[in-house]
Amino acid sequence: MNKSKDSSIVSIDEMVLNMGPQHPSTHGVLRLKIHTDGEVVSKIEPVIGYLHRCFEKHCENLSYEQIVPFTDRCDYLASMHMDHAYSIAVEKLLDIELPERVEYIRVIIAELQRIASHLVAIGTFGLDVGAITPFTWTIRDRERVLDLFEALCGARLLYNYIWPGGVSHDLSPKFIQHTQEFLDYFETQIFEYNELLTGNKIFIERTADVGVMPSDVAVNFGVTGPSLRGSGVDYDLRKTQPYSIYDKFDFNVPVGEGKMGTVGDSWDRYWVRMVEMEESIKIIRQAISSLPDGDVHSAMPKRIRPKKGEVYSRYESARGDVGFFIQSNGKNIPMRLKMRSPAFCNLSVLGEIAEGWMISDVITILGSLDIVLGEIDR
Amino acid sequence: MTSIVKSIINSLSGLPIDPFLLAVLAILIPGIIVFLIMAVNALIAVYFERKVSAFMQDRLGPMEVGLFGFKGGKKFWGGIGQTFADAIKLLSKEDIIPNDADRFLMILAPFIIFTGAFLTFVGLPVSESLVISNFNIGIFYIIAMSSVAVIGIILAGWSSNNKWSLYGAMRAAAQMISYEIPIALSLILVVIVTGHLDFYGIVDWQAENRWFIIHSPFAFLGFVIYFISVVAETNRTPFDIPEAESELVAGWMTEYSGFRWALFFLSEYANMLIVAFVASIVFLGGWLSPMHLIDLPFFDLPDSWMIMDGKLIGIFWIFIKAVFLIFCMMWFRWTFPRLRVDQLMYTCWKVFIPFAVANVILVSIWELIF
Repeated sequence: MNKSKDSSIVSIDEMVLNMGPQHPSTHGVLRLKIHTDGEVVSKIEPVIGYLHRCFEKHCENLSYEQIVPFTDRCDYLASMHMDHAYSIAVEKLLDIELPERVEYIRVIIAELQRIASHLVAIGTFGLDVGAITPFTWTIRDRERVLDLFEALCGARLLYNYIWPGGVSHDLSPKFIQHTQEFLDYFETQIFEYNELLTGNKIFIERTADVGVMPSDVAVNFGVTGPSLRGSGVDYDLRKTQPYSIYDKFDFNVPVGEGKMGTVGDSWDRYWVRMVEMEESIKIIRQAISSLPDGDVHSAMPKRIRPKKGEVYSRYESARGDVGFFIQSNGKNIPMRLKMRSPAFCNLSVLGEIAEGWMISDVITILGSLDIVLGEIDR
Repeated sequence: MTSIVKSIINSLSGLPIDPFLLAVLAILIPGIIVFLIMAVNALIAVYFERKVSAFMQDRLGPMEVGLFGFKGGKKFWGGIGQTFADAIKLLSKEDIIPNDADRFLMILAPFIIFTGAFLTFVGLPVSESLVISNFNIGIFYIIAMSSVAVIGIILAGWSSNNKWSLYGAMRAAAQMISYEIPIALSLILVVIVTGHLDFYGIVDWQAENRWFIIHSPFAFLGFVIYFISVVAETNRTPFDIPEAESELVAGWMTEYSGFRWALFFLSEYANMLIVAFVASIVFLGGWLSPMHLIDLPFFDLPDSWMIMDGKLIGIFWIFIKAVFLIFCMMWFRWTFPRLRVDQLMYTCWKVFIPFAVANVILVSIWELIF
């Protein structure tokens, strides 16, 4: 089916279909108002806000340390990334120099979290196109990452581990050994996913050439993260504006090549996530091999009371460019905190790229964008 | 050929019973038998499917609910009572009919679908003379009866007054009607070759010659087309577009609950059994033992080997074949993603139907030459 934009035909007898907020594959409490003509979608209006928890307003009443559990709950599939992004912003505001060990630990944790988050993205994407088995496999392997995190900080989903100025605990005794075991195991699992899903003919039929997002559209809508790279734009903050110690590691940034169809189709976005997991393995291995010793609490401020000023820091989370803007008036609570949500911008492009496709394709495209409603609504 | 109905009438006609009562008994007893087959099939097939899917997905499946002496827990039979528990749960659930729904049609729809599956069993032989009622147009009857369900699905989708149901019903109607054509065309192959429309004639032909699947390359192709098409006809993955849980919530079943939903479930698994049985009878020699596979013209088997055939052991063979085909359907379901609706139509109209028509012609030519 080709994308048709001739709205004069479809506007006569269109039916408005409410997809969500309770729907199996809107990935949370997203509501889509879909104008359809038969199976063909002529217009999509995403309705958000069902998970709005006043994150930013809460932050104006909490001290800097107390905000970390709230950032956890923004992107609940990549909590470590949120904590990390927030901590970097606060550290920039405080102008703290971190011990090397903290930076290495944070990179290891962040990349493990990226693997866990992409596993959910890939599994649910498979679920969206109707393949159920890949989902259980990816969840099974994500479980091992969660086990590592549980050993590390006691929590499985909302960690509160990365704090401004350091991390809450040092690595648990056998963490490095268990991580290495997981990586060895996981490398073979990626092969299995590719066997089961990536190369599947039906999967390719369903995703290749579907929901093509040209690079200019992606850039205009502010799409970031794997979704942007799927469109062939080589833009990863870990490379372009290295934060933490990412400039020390050797890794590639996969971009969509249109291997199965056009550059920027749903298959490319899926494939970028797949390859990114392999790159994350590379980064973790390098970080583990050069992990220095030291005290993880040495730079932790006793009390966070930044000087008057403001800061904006960017972070490459599993979903894209997370930005934290913090304005301080010299007190121990921020005067204003604003978060740039990558999934929000990624979702905004849905109406543009999914019009003219079928209902099934809308689900596919939505799945390929990998949104998390907790982060969109905040 | 005798059938169950005939033997009931024969055995009871000696007794002093009113002919009307006799007729009622002759209908009622096979009806109960068919219903029991359907119910037991659903119970076992659901458990089987859960276990198959669990093993494919690195899970254990149901492990807790025991049955009679078989306690649940860490035994290989753990969870064997799960489907019984589910059935009781479904029967005791509140029967919800939405306010704006068309009450009469919504109540009627599950029974039409159920009737379609129910009636199909009447003409379906299980072994020699083990058939409810033998038709001389068996294949024709099965094809006709399997189309009845479409009416029920459209009614269910329309009467629910739900947009998802409507989408599901429309998809189901398009899909099931389309896929009947390749099914009929591939079943015609066997009619052309054997010259029989009834199942006994077909199996007798296969006993004399060979299993139809190895009759010619075209027959094998016919089997492949038939099997893929019946997966679509029974609305299973990769063709479960009408139900499409990630797109249409539950398709035409969205508004149903409790007993009516259980009827849908029963019919779905009954349909699986039916198509697996038809495939076994028509292509895989029915109740003939696999010995017939190696009974080739240039390699004569001693007659004593044919002891594997028989009326009772025939049930075993046909079940083995049917269960294998059902397992394949489950295997598909837990491996493949779902096709899109236009891709499904493409597969049917532009791939299967041309191939099936060509198949019919080529088989006819093959028959003329050999």
